[in-house]
Amino acid sequence: MISLAGRDILHAWGKFLFTGLGLGLLIGVTLSMAGVYRGMVEDGRALIQASGADLWVVQQDTLGPFAEPSGLRDDLWRNIAALEGVAAAANVTYMTLQIHSDRHESRVMLVGLTPGDNRLPGWPRFLLAGRHISRGHYEAVADIASGFHLGETLKIKRHHYTVVGLTRRMVSPSGDPMVFIPLKDAQEAQFQKDNDSIIRQRHRTAANPVLSDSRVQTAVNALLNNQQQVNAVLVRLQPGAQRTRIAEHIRRWQRLQVYDNQQMERILVGKLIATAARQIGLFLVILSLVSATIVAFIIYTLTMDKIREIAVLKLIGTRNRTIAGMILQQALALGIIGFVIGKIAATFAAPHFPKYVVLLPRDSITGLLAVLCICALASLVAIRMALKVDPAEALGG
Amino acid sequence: MKRMALARSLFLLLLLLVLLGLFVYAAFRAGPLAPVAVTVQKAGSASLRPGLYGIGSIDAERRYRIGPVQPGRVARLNVDVGDTVHKGQLLASMDPVDLEERIAAQQAALASAKANQEQAQAQLDYARRQLQRFSELLQTGTTTQDVVDSKRLAVQSAEAAREAAERRILQLQHEGRGLEEQLRNLQLLAPADGMVVARLAQPGDAVGAGQAVLEIIDPDSLWVSTRFDQVRAQGLSAGLPARIHLRSRPQQPLEGVVARVEPLADDITEEMIAQVRFRSTPTPMPPLGELAEVYLQLPPLPEGPVIPNAALRIWNGKTGVWLLDGEKIRFQPVVAGRQDLQGNVRIEQGLAAGQKIVVYSEKALEPHTRVHVVQSLVRP
Repeated sequence: MISLAGRDILHAWGKFLFTGLGLGLLIGVTLSMAGVYRGMVEDGRALIQASGADLWVVQQDTLGPFAEPSGLRDDLWRNIAALEGVAAAANVTYMTLQIHSDRHESRVMLVGLTPGDNRLPGWPRFLLAGRHISRGHYEAVADIASGFHLGETLKIKRHHYTVVGLTRRMVSPSGDPMVFIPLKDAQEAQFQKDNDSIIRQRHRTAANPVLSDSRVQTAVNALLNNQQQVNAVLVRLQPGAQRTRIAEHIRRWQRLQVYDNQQMERILVGKLIATAARQIGLFLVILSLVSATIVAFIIYTLTMDKIREIAVLKLIGTRNRTIAGMILQQALALGIIGFVIGKIAATFAAPHFPKYVVLLPRDSITGLLAVLCICALASLVAIRMALKVDPAEALGG
Repeated sequence: MKRMALARSLFLLLLLLVLLGLFVYAAFRAGPLAPVAVTVQKAGSASLRPGLYGIGSIDAERRYRIGPVQPGRVARLNVDVGDTVHKGQLLASMDPVDLEERIAAQQAALASAKANQEQAQAQLDYARRQLQRFSELLQTGTTTQDVVDSKRLAVQSAEAAREAAERRILQLQHEGRGLEEQLRNLQLLAPADGMVVARLAQPGDAVGAGQAVLEIIDPDSLWVSTRFDQVRAQGLSAGLPARIHLRSRPQQPLEGVVARVEPLADDITEEMIAQVRFRSTPTPMPPLGELAEVYLQLPPLPEGPVIPNAALRIWNGKTGVWLLDGEKIRFQPVVAGRQDLQGNVRIEQGLAAGQKIVVYSEKALEPHTRVHVVQSLVRP
């Protein structure tokens, strides 16, 4: 049996193909937008998955350390580590800043890691190249998205750090790549001021008559330069430990706020990036509607272009079912070609976006089904027009 | 005509195949469904040389802060910062204020006391002679016992007066020596050979008792007061050879040795403190307080399986490595031992040298993860 639709497509394949290509690019843009949305949410979650922590201990009554500032004394981890059921507790600091090497500049989230090894929560769980930090100072592991290379020297505040390792998908909730450095260096970078303000502060202290005694001054300066703070304590529990009981214990007796991963995810995805994600989400909906309309319109015009041929077909006695089938098949074929091109375009475009774009298989399948539905619906309108056509039109001018 | 149609069909078929190929690639080789690229290497066997790394600042073991024992005004400073001084050298002197006058007054008082003593002696001699005379007269009966007793009393009181005058002299002599000692103490002398590093007061400044005027160090006793994080300080002990990089001369490592590990650790910063001495005093002399990085080399460990620390992973709360088993990966729990500064870890248990392990990966691995082995995950 000869496929009427196939013959028709072959008859005007150039037109068909270019229509498919145009459609494909439109679908590609829609898929990319879905990918941007998913990427944003994924960025929000990446940190939680990457940290390897079960509980996040932050300052009391805060949504820290990302949605709100949080500060804890850096010896609190000892109390938490001593609790039953806690496998490891580690201090961590987070700070977003602009850092540069000789060659390159990047906005990153600087993470201070408790010295030890990658078995502690907070450490990058895998590397692309190089090694983990093995010295207590002046070494860094960078996310590859930061653009820094292995062996490069970074200047952060007043010290120079050597990049010893590269990792991937270690990003802040807002998508900034992370740079990991030892905790003490990070505390210094976070809390110590630049040289000029230190000197000015010394002069201010000296000028204050209450503090001007030289013996008092030493103590005051020591207090002013006190940097013993961290932003959060990450806790990993022993297998089988009761998460809620330990969290409640810390909340009640240490008087600190504790979040588990689900709560943290709700904060990061539901609060921190909620507005931005909704913005993108709404735009995605609009884009989908526009795409659907355009697809429907293309199918419709494609059929209308063939109205004369359809009239001829009717004239020679072709059954309505055959004509309807031809239009539907063509519409679906166009949809499939469009989707394939769109998926290819979106996949190859994804790595070139500055932020993370992820095309989930679930989204692709939803996209495919949506495209097929739209094509089928659009072809219904076209079929109705085709069936209403008067065979006499084939003869008319 | 027919051939053209055939060529066209072939072209279309080819186009469709290319599209299909790209689509399959897009769906299964890129994005979340793609296999995870990993690099693989064989676990090595080596004798690990663990090292310790700490930072510290230049300090001097022998550091003298020199100042007066009594409050006063600085009269003169004979040395300046950077000067080399010798033991016993006069460095500075304090203003004596009225001390010299007090010494003169005290000497006058001493002279007057001596005169008093002479007078008392003369009176004693006279009283004794009178007692002698009247005693003789009493034997001849020309005087009364009462008179002799009164002469004896006069002798006793003259003796007491002489005694008091002698004591007074002694007192004034001691006081005089005390004042001279004070005068000597106004001279600030170098307690040892060294170099002046600070002038903490200027001539004319009033300083309190115990407040330093000059600070002197022995340049041969320079050391680096180094802090080592407690979690990475295993094996820290006196006598270990050290390599010191000064912040101002990072490319010129200096040789040193651990002189002492302080028995008191810093429990706030969770660090241990060790003093690392230079093998030979660096020239030019680094300023005290300069930041220095210190590397210590520990004795080598016996040979055993050694892997890069990037290969050490956490899965399900366990530490281990991912072994490549044909096409698949398998998690092997291991007991990790010491690590060197280059990031190599000695495996104590669970792994043998020569086993193929995953070192780098694009993602965190799970047992069902499909992997695809590549040479490198980053472009050089």
